[in-house]
Amino acid sequence: MDVAVENLSKSFGTQKAVDSVSFSVKKGEILGLLGPNGAGKTTIMKIITCFLFPDQGNVYIGNYSIRKHAYRLKQLIGYLPEHNPLYDEMNVIDFLTFIANIHNIPRYKITSRVLDMLKICGLEYEKHKNIRELSKGYKQRVGLAQTLIHDPEIVILDEPTTGLDPNQIVEIRELIKNTGKEKTVILSSHILAEIEATCDRVLIINKGKIVANGTAAELRKSNKEKLLKINIEGGETNRIFNELSLINEVDNINILGENHFELQSTQDNNIEKEIFDICTRNQWYIKELIPIERRLEDIFRQVTQN
Amino acid sequence: MRTTKIIINKELNSAFNSWSTYIGYLLFFCICGFVNWISSSNIFNVGQASMMPFFIVINWTAFFMIHVLSMRTVADEKRNGTLELLFTKPIKANQLIGGKFLSQLILIIIAFCLTIPYYLTIIGLGHIDLGPVILGYIGLICISACYTSIGIFASSLSRTAAAAFLLSLGIGLCFQLLFGILARQIGSGWLAEFFMYLSIEEHFDSLSRGVLDSRDIIYFISLIVLFLSLSKVFICKTRY
Repeated sequence: MDVAVENLSKSFGTQKAVDSVSFSVKKGEILGLLGPNGAGKTTIMKIITCFLFPDQGNVYIGNYSIRKHAYRLKQLIGYLPEHNPLYDEMNVIDFLTFIANIHNIPRYKITSRVLDMLKICGLEYEKHKNIRELSKGYKQRVGLAQTLIHDPEIVILDEPTTGLDPNQIVEIRELIKNTGKEKTVILSSHILAEIEATCDRVLIINKGKIVANGTAAELRKSNKEKLLKINIEGGETNRIFNELSLINEVDNINILGENHFELQSTQDNNIEKEIFDICTRNQWYIKELIPIERRLEDIFRQVTQN
Repeated sequence: MRTTKIIINKELNSAFNSWSTYIGYLLFFCICGFVNWISSSNIFNVGQASMMPFFIVINWTAFFMIHVLSMRTVADEKRNGTLELLFTKPIKANQLIGGKFLSQLILIIIAFCLTIPYYLTIIGLGHIDLGPVILGYIGLICISACYTSIGIFASSLSRTAAAAFLLSLGIGLCFQLLFGILARQIGSGWLAEFFMYLSIEEHFDSLSRGVLDSRDIIYFISLIVLFLSLSKVFICKTRY
């Protein structure tokens, strides 16, 4: 099922948490929501899951709308909230059975679904323990199990790998990727590498508005800055620096070390030819010329700090 | 109804998995027994086989027990974030509140069942009219339902169980004592009648005397519906 968010707005008092946000996610796609703290990611997720009511706008999941068919939609959505609330006094099996019952799973299927979830989420040895006795990582797995137990069409995960160790993070990422093949997945995270590794598309949100939308590769391409790391031999560092500074298209030069420089320009400019001309004129030679690809982190900083 | 039943089962399982429930029952049983059989105002001093003084003791013991039981119902869900978990599942606010209310009421009714041996013992002491006894127990259940709804309402307003307990106790004391005292202070007139009508004691007295009046039943149902509806309003308010 596709998710279409249309012109969504939500305020808390005088503060606008979400401001006219529109985007869509297709079935089989994993969308990552990125943004600094308080950007509005969790609010958007809470609205999609029908926990919060929007001030304006609507969310359509297939032919259903959150304003008219909230009860039906809740059966189609699996949601892992940010702080992963669980009933600590219940044991893992009882909790998952309770959630399965709430989702109206037929009684004869409940045991097999619970056992499947225990296996998929690696909880087989913890199944009889009370949730309060589990480590944070295992609690997160219980949260994931309750999210997926009713085989939802839409999976919404708010910071799903919080508190997990590196091995668990890899396992959960694999689980999310596999889930994303057949379902629509929306996840948020502060970990940029995780978003890049897991998501097909990234949505960067700042102050309640979408500031960037596209695949990680598209976001990198859309970046107008061009960075070159260069090592020129055959001359003195200061002289080379002075000559490179004379290139009109170069916006900034940093000396990284002896004969090593970092040049900043705009994508449209072909400064490589200018550098080559300077070198031949002065009988220097280029030992190294590396175009530096911008990381998602740089793009994130760029669009959220403006 | 199915969802409400699931909530009731979950609440009862949680309650019976906790030692505090059994300790609560034991305390309730012991306090009722002590006041009726051992204290200075014991049943032998009354001079007749009657459940009336016994109901007053149960009423007051249950009064405090109910507020302790219901203080966590919604406040804990809000504090732990499990309200968010529940409301992103196919559960309606009515079903959640109904499930919480009925499970608390079942716990109270079980406590009342523990007092049946006392009734059986009093039968051995002399003739006892069954009608007022049955109506007395019905009255106790009605009062408990009212205080449970007040407890759930207070819990839906608070984020901590302690705050919910104090608020619930405050509202409960108004209905249990204050309105009756005010009515007696005013003496006569419509205001006195109004406060007398609000007093739970007044309605319970007629039931425990064996008088079944539809006005009492309407009063209890109105109070329950009012406080459960207010609970729903305050629980749903956090989502707007």
